[in-house]
Amino acid sequence: MNTQRRQALKSGGALGLFGVLVAAGLVTAEEARAAGWDKPAFDAKTMDDALKALGAGKPGESSDIMLNAPDIAENGAVVPVGVKSSLPGTEFIAILIEKNPSMLAASFTLPDGTPGDISTRVKMGQTSSVYALVKADGKYFMVSKEIKVTLGGCGG
Amino acid sequence: MAGPMRIRAASNGTETEVKVLMSHEMETGQRKDPSGALIPAHHITELTATHNGRVVLSGQFGPAVSKNPYLQFRFKGGAKGDKVTVSWVDNKGDKRSDEVVVS
Repeated sequence: MNTQRRQALKSGGALGLFGVLVAAGLVTAEEARAAGWDKPAFDAKTMDDALKALGAGKPGESSDIMLNAPDIAENGAVVPVGVKSSLPGTEFIAILIEKNPSMLAASFTLPDGTPGDISTRVKMGQTSSVYALVKADGKYFMVSKEIKVTLGGCGG
Repeated sequence: MAGPMRIRAASNGTETEVKVLMSHEMETGQRKDPSGALIPAHHITELTATHNGRVVLSGQFGPAVSKNPYLQFRFKGGAKGDKVTVSWVDNKGDKRSDEVVVS
């Protein structure tokens, strides 16, 4: 059996059509995002896949990003999360939750004149690390914080 | 059809702070109804905020954003009487757009 072909088919199926196009260089991650809802990124099940789909590669660390969230969330259905980036040229912010069925919760594109300061509320299925991914001046940075969840917000 | 958003936009002279409370189920697609059938996902996918017609924020939501999503952000500029508009689209093609005057 041609194992290489097997492998290619497998990874192709997992990434979806857009993923294949991105991998093939036909569509850049940026273009895929501009085309509307970034399905491959929102479908990503692992951190590596999510970062790849967002075009973030291996983000660095930064002490200029604050992830404001509670240490303990009593109700996983409503967890307030705020991301504040004082990095100059902050243009993109994403919130990722490691142990949710899909990691990416929300992403924001900030035009010039919009400071990196966003708050929202997310669902968490269980205690997990929460990541804030920030793109500033063309570079990606990421910080994380563990939030303990008493009552999960994703089950039924 | 989803209900109206509650939007508040307040200017402090140099910046405008916007708070939005959307009205949406944000169904994850992971839950089951009492008969055991999967409830299909129904959530906001894209969101845009504009100030006097200029985009000040665009966002994408996955199903992990809480029911009746809350969003808070700031932008430079904005004066009392200016208009801030927030609109969203969900994965079923439903849309909603609401406008507020900066206070």
